[in-house]
Parts: sequence; C-alpha cells; structure tokens
Amino acid sequence: MKILVVDDFSTMRRIIKNLLRDLGFTNTDEADDGQTALPMLKSGKYDFLVTDWNMPGMTGIDLLRAVRADDALKTLPVLMVTAEAKRDQIVAAAQAGVNGYVVKPFTAAVLKEKIEKIFERIDG
Amino acid sequence: MSESDQNQGLEPEFQEELSQQAHSLVEHIERGDYTGALDIVSELNNTRDRTLYLEVGKLTRSLHEAIRNFQIDVGQDGQVRKDLSEITDASDRLSYVVEMTNKAANKTMDLVEDSMPVATSIKDEAKVLKEAWERLRRREMEPEEFRQLYRRIDVFFDDLTKNSEQVYTNLSNILMAQDYQDLTGQVIQKVTRLVKDVEDNLVKLVVMAGKVDSITGTQHDLEQKEEEKDDSKGFGPQMKVEERTDVVSGQDDVDDLLSSLGF
Repeated sequence: MKILVVDDFSTMRRIIKNLLRDLGFTNTDEADDGQTALPMLKSGKYDFLVTDWNMPGMTGIDLLRAVRADDALKTLPVLMVTAEAKRDQIVAAAQAGVNGYVVKPFTAAVLKEKIEKIFERIDG
Repeated sequence: MSESDQNQGLEPEFQEELSQQAHSLVEHIERGDYTGALDIVSELNNTRDRTLYLEVGKLTRSLHEAIRNFQIDVGQDGQVRKDLSEITDASDRLSYVVEMTNKAANKTMDLVEDSMPVATSIKDEAKVLKEAWERLRRREMEPEEFRQLYRRIDVFFDDLTKNSEQVYTNLSNILMAQDYQDLTGQVIQKVTRLVKDVEDNLVKLVVMAGKVDSITGTQHDLEQKEEEKDDSKGFGPQMKVEERTDVVSGQDDVDDLLSSLGF
C-alpha cells in the first residue's frame, strides 16, 4: 500500500505520516501542493491519496478534480483532511468524487475510522 | 453615505457664508444688478475653493499623521524604507510566530518519535518475560532455560530503569517545548492592536476624504465588490462556528452532511 500525503505544512504531513504508520502503512511519500503531487501520482503508482484543501499553487479540490479527470488515476481513493468547513465546500468535494472528508482538528481515531471505511468499501 | 450625511460634514462657517451669498445673489438679480450678481457668483466660487483647500489640507495632515503613527519612514527619494515600518515589523513578528510554532511542533514530534520505540521495546520484552514467568510458575521450565531467564530479567530491569528515565526526560522536554505559546501569544496580541490602530486611522481618513468629495460633488463609481470568495481557493479555519449555519461544527456534522448526500 503506497500512500501520498499532500499538505503545505510539514508538521501536518508528519502527523499524518505518523498516524498512518501506527495503522500499519509505512510506505508513504509527501508533497506540499497539488502541482507537486500530480506528477508524482501520474508516475508513482500510488494506492491512496490524503490531501489538504487550502494550499498555494494547486489546491486540494483542484487536485481531486485533476485526479478524477485522469483516466489512469480516476479510481484512486482520495481522503481530504482539511480545515475547510463550509457546507458548500463539503458538498463540492463530494460532487468532485472524494472518498472521505476529515475536518481539522481531527483525532487519530477519526482518521483511522475514515481510512478503514474507504478500504472496506473498495474491498467489499 | 447619503447626501445629507455628507453635507453635515461641512464647516458651519462655510454653510453660513454660502447661504448669505445665495440670498445676496437673489437680491442682486431681483434689483436687475447683473454685474453685482456675477461678482457674487465669483465670490461663491472663491468660498468653494477656500473650503476645498482647507479640507484637502486637513486630509493631507491626517495622512501624514497616519503615516507617522505607523512609523513608515518615507525617505527623500519618496521610497518607503521598509526596515523602519511598523507594518513590516508586524509581518516579521508574524513570521516569527510561524517559525516558533513550527520549531515547537517539530521538537515535540522528534521527542515523541524518540519515545515511541522505547515504550514499544519495554512492552515487547515485558510480554516475553511474562510468558516465561508463567511457565516457571507452572514448573514447566528446564534448569538451563531458567538460568537464561534469570539473566534476562536482570538485563530487563537495567533497561527498564534506563528507558523510563529517557521517556521521563523526553516528556519533560515536550512540556518545555510548549513555551512558544506565551511568546507567540504576546506577539499576536501586539499585531492585533496594530491592525486595530490601522483600521481606526483608515476610517478617519475615509471620513476626511468624504468631506472633500461633498464639496467637489465627486461621486465615486466604486464597484460593490462581492466579498464572497471562490470556495475552491479555500478559507482556512472558520471562526465563530457556533453562530453560523453555513459551516459545519465538527466531524459529526461532516458525517451527517455526507450521509445525507448518500455517502
């Protein structure tokens, strides 16, 4: 299981990587915005994408749309972990095809639950 | 600002002078004294100009005052010398907050990551020893294995002391790493006060400029900018969540919303 974690703050990437490692996912890479992430996704054979929304360069929602528009990536599971809390935004993310939405600040238990739910749905 | 609001800003002497000149103008015309009437029109123009210069002068002084208040040093060449401006200072201070919080977060995570394997090794070794101990109590242990267990317990106690000390030191350093809150809190409070001052001064300038506008009759064709930002850019954390309905209050709210959409 290869995971890409996209967030513009290195501390948040580190927290998410640590939580993923506790869940048994040790093969993780990092990117600091959508622009850096997209080429990595295209060439890197990732199984899962965790992304923030508000980032300089390319935002998380634009990254999600780019992923869904790409034939090779469109089935990639995407979990959004973000401080963006407007209802319209959550609806927009759902319409763009997000697989899960975790609002910051979040707990380890919530992240675990959402990730497990995503994989249950994919495996099931 | 409505028309009458703007006129209330005019100096009383100016209003008085205008009204006197207007009456006098009507009298001259009624008497058929057109030369006199045109003189009054010219006087009216002068009054308008004087008042305008006065208000522009006040506006300029206020601008200078505001600039001085923020210690923005405009050099001889008209270039703002950045190193002395309070606004630049505020930006530097906020960068300092970002740097401090970043350092504290990383230091805390270093110490946590250092402690986690220590805790794991204590837990793992304790589990092995517990199993061996159970077998010893059930008298299922060979003498040679017992001698090994004996030594292993010795090593475990030594390690336990050393490891607990390390975890304790790490915890205490994590505690100390939280000292940024005090320092960054003070900095943010100072910057908040500056922002408030800037706002107050800007409001004063707008009021002064409004007076000049009312004399010259200038109407600004300002586009009413839609403050509604594009959702896709992102807003960052939302404030006063409990008073708002367009924002979710937490993960439970997000889950409810998503399940209502069929997630």
